[in-house]
Amino acid sequence: METQMNNKLLEALQGNFPGKILQAETPYGFLTIEIPPADNVEIVSWLQNHEKWDMNFMTDLCGIHYPENEGKEIGVVYHLHSFKNNLRMRIKAFMPKDKAEIQTMTGLFAAANWMERETYDFYGIQFTGHPDLRRILNVDNMDYFPMLKEYALEDETRTDKTDKFFGR
Amino acid sequence: MVNTGDKPEGFEGEGFFATSLGKVIGLARANSLWPLPFATSCCGIEFMATMASNYDLGRFGSERLSFSPRQADLLMVMGTIAKKMAPVLKQVYDQMAEPKWVLSVGACACSGGIFDSYSVLQGIDKVIPVDVYVPGCPPRPEQIIEGLMKIQEMAKGESLRRRDSDEYKRMLESYHIETS
Repeated sequence: METQMNNKLLEALQGNFPGKILQAETPYGFLTIEIPPADNVEIVSWLQNHEKWDMNFMTDLCGIHYPENEGKEIGVVYHLHSFKNNLRMRIKAFMPKDKAEIQTMTGLFAAANWMERETYDFYGIQFTGHPDLRRILNVDNMDYFPMLKEYALEDETRTDKTDKFFGR
Repeated sequence: MVNTGDKPEGFEGEGFFATSLGKVIGLARANSLWPLPFATSCCGIEFMATMASNYDLGRFGSERLSFSPRQADLLMVMGTIAKKMAPVLKQVYDQMAEPKWVLSVGACACSGGIFDSYSVLQGIDKVIPVDVYVPGCPPRPEQIIEGLMKIQEMAKGESLRRRDSDEYKRMLESYHIETS
C-alpha cells in the first residue's frame, strides 16, 4: 500500500516535472527525491496545493554538508507530510558551497521561517526572500557556521584538555 | 540541637566579650549567606536535594534562597552554561551587591564538562570570577555542602577592606566588570 502510494507519487512528480527529479529512492519506505535547488518552491508548492497529494505539513527542514561531493557540498532537506494520505516524503536539494543559496519556503509554510533561520545559523545557507534571516540558536556575534565540516566540534577556548590525551 | 557559630578570637570576662569588628562581621556574613541558585541542568537537581530536608542547607544559615540577585550574597552556578547564557550570567553577577561570592558547582560550570563544543562556555570563570569550584558530574549534596562551607570560611576570614583594594578592582576589571 505504502509502496504503491510512493510509486504513484513519484510517477506524478516525474510526469509533471520531467528531468527535474534527479534521483529517487525509498529508504525504509520513505520516498526521497533529489531536485535542482532552483525548483524547490515550484515543486513543493505543487505538492502542497495538489488536490490529491495535499502535502499540507512541513515536518522538518534542515541542512547538511558533504565536503566530498564537489559542486554539491551543501544540501537542504525538506520533510513533507500529507495528513490526508498518511504519506510522508523527503526532498533534497544540493548546492555548491560557494553559492549556497536557495529560495525560501516561508511563502508556503510559516513553519519554515525558524527552521530556515536555524539552517542558516548552522550551515550559512542563504534563503533568498526570507523575511528575517538572522541567527536563532547560536550567539549573535558568532563569526562562522559551526556545523560545516571544516570547523572542529571542540571549542578552542578549552583549557583543561591537551592534545596528548584527547587526540586533537 | 542548635549549633551556633564558633566564637572568634577575643578577650572574654564577666559580662563582656571584646573582639575585632571584622571578625564579628565575618561571623555574621558566613552564617547568613543568601544564595542565588543559578541552576541550569542536572547539578540543579542535586542542589534541590541539598536544599531539601535530608541535607538541609539551612543548617549552614543558607535556608533563605534569594531569587533576586540584588539581595543575594552567593551566586551558586549549577549546570551547563551555553555561550548564549554567558551575558545573562554576567548580568546577574553584576546586579549582586558586594560582598559577593561565586560557587561553581559541577564539571560543566567549572570547565564546560563533557560539552567541549562550540556552543558551550568552557567554564564560567571565562566571564565571572569564581571563589570555589565543586567538581563532579554531578557532585553529591555532601560536596556542594563542602563547597558552601569553603565559602563560609572565606567569608569569615575576609578582610573588611578587601573589596576596596586595588587588587580586587583589578581582578574585576580583568573580567571587564565595571567597578564603582
